Amino acid sequence: MTTGGSLDAPHGTTIVALCFDGGVVMAGDRRATMGNVIAQRDVQKVFEADSHSVVGIAGTAGIAVELVRLFQVELEHYEKIEGTSLSLDGKANRLSTLLRGNLGMAMQGLAVVPLFAGYDDVADRGRIFSYDVTGGRYEEHDYYAVGSGSSFARGSLKKLFHFDATAEQSVRIALEALYDAADDDSATSGPDLTRRIFPVVAVVRRDGVEMIEEDALAQAAEEMLAERMRRPGGPWAQVGGDSS
Amino acid sequence: MSVPFYVSPEQIMKDKADFARKGIARGRSVVVAQYADGVVFVAENPSKALHKISEIYDRIGFAAVGKYNEFENLRVAGIRLADMRGYSYDRTDVTGRSLANAYAQTLGSIFTETAKPFEVEIVVAEVGADEASDQLYRLTFDGSVADEHGFVAMGGSAEAIAGALSAAWAPGQDLATSLRQAVHALGEHGTEETRELPASDLEVAILDRTRPRRAFRRIEGAELEALLA
Repeated sequence: MTTGGSLDAPHGTTIVALCFDGGVVMAGDRRATMGNVIAQRDVQKVFEADSHSVVGIAGTAGIAVELVRLFQVELEHYEKIEGTSLSLDGKANRLSTLLRGNLGMAMQGLAVVPLFAGYDDVADRGRIFSYDVTGGRYEEHDYYAVGSGSSFARGSLKKLFHFDATAEQSVRIALEALYDAADDDSATSGPDLTRRIFPVVAVVRRDGVEMIEEDALAQAAEEMLAERMRRPGGPWAQVGGDSS
Repeated sequence: MSVPFYVSPEQIMKDKADFARKGIARGRSVVVAQYADGVVFVAENPSKALHKISEIYDRIGFAAVGKYNEFENLRVAGIRLADMRGYSYDRTDVTGRSLANAYAQTLGSIFTETAKPFEVEIVVAEVGADEASDQLYRLTFDGSVADEHGFVAMGGSAEAIAGALSAAWAPGQDLATSLRQAVHALGEHGTEETRELPASDLEVAILDRTRPRRAFRRIEGAELEALLA
């Protein structure tokens, strides 16, 4: 994806996040593209920001990864100096400032759009924050997605999200949303069974971040694909009657 | 017209060193000791807010005695240096040795160039892959560095405490053993009379080599009491 005739650089693509009762799940696909070429199949786009928050990135990969690295160092630095972690709002605001510093590059086509999620000790729930390239920070409710496949993922999440879902069900919902994004967006990858490459999924709860193990993801992805063999469009929502 | 007195450099250095030593000996003691899976830091410190022990980096910890504002200054500078270096290069490029060197330079310059030396003594500890590759650096107010093995005691009645530990400490012992030895030595020799130090008067942390990435962890409350029991 190039804008205004600027240089080709690897880009990252779809990130989804959704809340559940007890925390928040974030998942990202693994594809980086450079124009029509797949630059990398197993790139990581969802990172642990600190013990209780995660950040996912869409946009120019090189700049995005650097932004995350700096963000991680800043959170840990604050924690060590002060002896306590920043508040979740404080972390979200700090990411905003870092992003604003990249505005010049964004204007030249090298934009980065992160998605930030974490567990808020004070509010006692998971929270999601989205950003624009100017550093604008917006709190999202229930679920959100960013990246080139985000509109498809958001449509999927709109139908599948329900707050009563468990963490395991929410992980599955995130995988379904990423599949729907990959289904319609060429720059987003689905689960790659031949190479055993699966989305990166993180679950944040009161007791911290858990990066879901590959075996558990493989199982969830295989179950999802088995169902999609019967119904390629994925789970269907009941309309009318006693649907709630 | 008054003629300024001549004071020899030897005398100036001696006065400064005596001044710093006196300041350090006034405070309560800190013990840093190795155990099979890492390094344990034990400070007699009833304050829950003003720490004498701190994390510096993934595998590096810090302990200090003396004037709080002075060692706090050094602690923050150490964290800043480590984080800057790790961010510029790689996390594996931050080492206890380079940090100890930086502290030695800073303390050395302050001792020789300023009228009042820092009244502090610090330990920089780094855990390696096994007990033999752990590093303990003791830095004194004049910038001298000592590479220690096993345990270090500083502040207050450091010599008596070190004496008690040298009789008790052995390589390969577990965390509870190292911790109890340190607490016992602090209680027995920390002041004139022998005391039983309660968990609430202790600040305890470990560098645990078995933990991924950040090895530093504080031990507090019920966990500390269970280890001391």
